Amino acid sequence: MLQVILDHYNYWIAILLMMIGLYTVVARGNLVKKLVGLNIFQTSVFLLYITMGKVAGGTAPILDDRFTVYSNPIPHVLILTAIVVGVATTALGLALVVRIKESYGTIEEDELNLLDGEM
Amino acid sequence: MSNLIPHLPALQVVIPLFAAPLCLLAGRTGLAWIIALAASSAATATAMALAYLTYHNGVISYQMGGWAPPWGIEYVVDTANAFILLLVSSIATMVLIYSPASVAKEIRPGRGHLYYCMYILCLTGLLGIAITGDAFNVFVFLEISSLSSYALIAMGGQRKALTAAFQYLVMGTIGATFFLIGVGLLYMMTGTLNMADLQTRIPGIQDSRPVLAAFAFITVGLALKAALFPMHLWLPNAYAYAPSGVSAFMAATATKVSLYVLLRFTFTIFGAKYAFGNLPLHWVLLVPAVLAMFAGSFSAIFQRDIKRMLAYSSVAQIGYITLAISLASSAGVTAALIHIFNHGLMKAALFCAMGCIFYRISSTRIDAMAGLGRQMPWTMTAIVAGGLSLLGVPLTAGFISKWYLVQAALQSNLWWLVILIALSSMLALVYVWRLVEALYFKEPSPNNAAVTEAPLSMLLPTLLLAGANIYFGIDTRVPVAMAEHAAELLMRGQIW
Repeated sequence: MLQVILDHYNYWIAILLMMIGLYTVVARGNLVKKLVGLNIFQTSVFLLYITMGKVAGGTAPILDDRFTVYSNPIPHVLILTAIVVGVATTALGLALVVRIKESYGTIEEDELNLLDGEM
Repeated sequence: MSNLIPHLPALQVVIPLFAAPLCLLAGRTGLAWIIALAASSAATATAMALAYLTYHNGVISYQMGGWAPPWGIEYVVDTANAFILLLVSSIATMVLIYSPASVAKEIRPGRGHLYYCMYILCLTGLLGIAITGDAFNVFVFLEISSLSSYALIAMGGQRKALTAAFQYLVMGTIGATFFLIGVGLLYMMTGTLNMADLQTRIPGIQDSRPVLAAFAFITVGLALKAALFPMHLWLPNAYAYAPSGVSAFMAATATKVSLYVLLRFTFTIFGAKYAFGNLPLHWVLLVPAVLAMFAGSFSAIFQRDIKRMLAYSSVAQIGYITLAISLASSAGVTAALIHIFNHGLMKAALFCAMGCIFYRISSTRIDAMAGLGRQMPWTMTAIVAGGLSLLGVPLTAGFISKWYLVQAALQSNLWWLVILIALSSMLALVYVWRLVEALYFKEPSPNNAAVTEAPLSMLLPTLLLAGANIYFGIDTRVPVAMAEHAAELLMRGQIW
């Protein structure tokens, strides 16, 4: 059992981060903390992609006689796109938080709900 | 002209994509509107040409940049996504024609060109999701459309629009990230992202854990984006507080595109036999669908804001579509596609009509619009036509949807579903009647004494959309033929 965990430690870390992020999004009332949680959640997926492309002992894919084992660059390239998306999401989210603070005077979810007269 | 035809699939996405920065550079609202309208009309013409070509000559495959699939990104058009492309682009164009007056009222001065920039970007994303044959590309376009729609919703006049946009941003990102995890797991197992290639490689490894997990992640992620009950919590506020044009456009198209992707992954990539035979997707979709039909309609009855009521009604209608998908039969998929189309028409007409009312009385609350039936007769005609279609009264598009849905349920020997469909339609009668009663039979409020009919630029597209609800209730040839053909292709799980 322990061996299973140790052999796949990178996957366990990805899952751990995923759960931490998701929990933060759900459990925290502060909008900025929610965004941080969302970021951790997304980053865990980046890690999942990067780790699946890595081949043990493999180098970057360089065409040279000295290297025969390469890591798969495609997941790494894919995740560059996802990182850009993540940055854009965070920027937009923070911009919304700023405007929420301006018009409500608070960024705590329970106070916002109170001001909106919901729940 | 003829040498443009092979490039139509690329133009479908590229034209609106390039129009978006042009709108931004235009700097002036009027100019940006012209650019957006031109791009959207071009996209509609392209979608029509693609639908015609693919219906008559079979599947069109386009290699982006000349890179052969499965390495390069492939765009594929068959009847199923041509149908979605046609719906999305034509609704976008109608709503754009409708937009100038409502933008002038609802968007802060000097921001109009940004509105059109985001709008056309959202259209790009939705068209891209529908046309691409690459699983990762779906995620990219999903985020393009989502990010622009968060920004669009936040442009709504009330401050609640901001919290609604934030809530949608959080939920939407979780949904898209779930989808991304699923695609990643599939790539891990198959080494490919091309949908046709995935289809051939999955059967050999279909019982492995990562593929099962990928299927679960993709289904849940898409259900979140499609606002399937109980993952619909972002939807009512987002549609209620967005600017009128955005509500109309998004309610008619955004969730529909996610449902299309669900159809594509379930039927083409994983295969109906795997999803419904090896795995219990039938019940996984059926139970939330039925709950959505009732919970959505029931919540709609108690809403005071009519835009919010329509949003809850959308939750119920998504339930009908998902119910049809869960039957996993040719008749079921046909019913789902027909209702995707017809519900797009209904909600576009109704939200546009609400925009007309908001333009005149600056509110969409039911007590504020009492007795407006006499002052805004044409807007009310559109509401009644859309409302009847929502109920599924004969001679409206909604009736065609319900007819095919009931037939599909009977074909699967699920007669109790027919009873449930009828019961939930009764609930729709309650909320539609509440609206009609307020508009025609309540004493007009003295505040609205000076209210007159909405401007023609808003009224005409609204009436055209409402008219489409009647037209497609009588002449059903085009949507039914396309939906049947598309369902046949999807059920066969044909390799593109």
